[in-house]
Amino acid sequence: MNTDEARTLISETLRQVAPEADLAQVMSGETLQEALDLDSIDFLNFVTGLNEATSIEIPERDYPQLSTLEGCVSYLVARSPVA
Amino acid sequence: MGDFTMPSLGADMESGTLTQWLVKPGDPVHRGDIVAVVDTEKSTIEIEIFENGVVGELVVKEGENVPVGSVLARVSAPGTAAVPASGLAPVPAAPIEAAPSPVPEHPEITLPGPEITLAGPEPRRAPMSHSPVIRHLAEQLGVDLAGVAASGPGGEVTRADVERAAQAPPHAPTRASPLARRVAGELGIDLNGLTGTGPGGAVVERDLREARVPTSKVVAPSRSSGSARQESLRRAIGALMARSKREIPHYYLSTTVDAGAATAWLEKANLSRSVRDRLVLPVLLIKATALAVAKAPEVNGFFTDGEFLASEAVHVGVAISLRAGGVIAPAIHDANRLSLDELMLKLNDLVRRARAGVLRSSEMSDPTITVSNLGDLGVESVFGVIYPPQVAVVGFGAVTERPVAKDGLLGVRPCLTATLSADHRVSDGHRGGRFLAQIDRLLQEPEKL
Repeated sequence: MNTDEARTLISETLRQVAPEADLAQVMSGETLQEALDLDSIDFLNFVTGLNEATSIEIPERDYPQLSTLEGCVSYLVARSPVA
Repeated sequence: MGDFTMPSLGADMESGTLTQWLVKPGDPVHRGDIVAVVDTEKSTIEIEIFENGVVGELVVKEGENVPVGSVLARVSAPGTAAVPASGLAPVPAAPIEAAPSPVPEHPEITLPGPEITLAGPEPRRAPMSHSPVIRHLAEQLGVDLAGVAASGPGGEVTRADVERAAQAPPHAPTRASPLARRVAGELGIDLNGLTGTGPGGAVVERDLREARVPTSKVVAPSRSSGSARQESLRRAIGALMARSKREIPHYYLSTTVDAGAATAWLEKANLSRSVRDRLVLPVLLIKATALAVAKAPEVNGFFTDGEFLASEAVHVGVAISLRAGGVIAPAIHDANRLSLDELMLKLNDLVRRARAGVLRSSEMSDPTITVSNLGDLGVESVFGVIYPPQVAVVGFGAVTERPVAKDGLLGVRPCLTATLSADHRVSDGHRGGRFLAQIDRLLQEPEKL
């Protein structure tokens, strides 16, 4: 998975979790929870969505790495199997 | 003959608009079936029926706004209509023990003999053999019943059939909700070109709205009705909270709970769980609250007509914030009897449906106590305003590390503040304190929750 693919997947997953949320509002470095008003359940659903789309096991201790858009992208790119 | 009336979906509701009938005359209905959809100031509510019977005349037409208590439809006792297989009433209605039911019940239905409306089959409706529950489930899952293989004993489509169909890989035609199909037909949109955002990727109505607006800025679905709902929700909350503050003599208690045991247990439990089966802390908080009620029955129930009625059942209202503004607190039924996993599923489902604006009548009408958890926002403590006719709100703030003195030593522990706002007409600080202390105790042994 490359950066663009990761970004697309993240956007799609977030749209499913929080259809009302506006992704354009997420500033660089800002946490997704704060920017999109996600609660713990939304965030869990977000992680579940990423896990189901990529089969990447995401342990709970890695959640902090997923809290920003950039962190999320690099996490997914680093862990996706090389095609 | 019983009347099916517009239920009161909260102390503040005066009227509702019947937007959709999910049954027609002659349909058999079972306690707990969703038979109609009603729009209120707060949300779109799926109305459940509280008796078994056969639908007679539909008194109120779709689109009509009527006051609470108005007869919506006649329902006759089940007599002749062959009530089909058991699997058809899978939504157990909430037991309304001890609590005054806002939905008039008719426990003794006289058998008026076979009152079957022999309406000929209406072609635009789903076939008779699909019960309202099945039709509704199909609509929710975006399954076209016409294409579902039936495995029921009488050749009828069962719940399992619909669920199976919903999970089938989407190779065949694009899955879409019936509403979406209709709207697509009207607008001349090709469903096959669309990405569905509904359950299982099904195309739902809002996808069509977005398809119609190809510009980069996606217009929020039905903006005008959305903001109207916002305004009316805000008004409804304001009116109810003003009434609460006017009528209910609140008292407030607060205690600091060492959350170390709960968070450590949660972390460990989630380690061995796949992502989708993980639990979140609010589930533990809700369960602890529901169980603690046993020690303090005076916080669980309704105060109506100058009298408190404790509720045997514990239906925990969960305050859910809506992203566009507003809060709604539908119930998780019998939360004290659910396992943590069941509770997690229910909570997830409830949050999703509350935000989508589709809740069920029993969820709206019968929470017996409310939990408000603002921990996700980092707020330290929340003192809630009681939702009449309930008599208590439990608030939980964020888990933060705090210095804690214990046995003369100072340590750092993850802590959270638990609060109680309760009704002084029913209980006092002493009992309320015992209740909070019990929540604290239960959270120290999370493995027993």
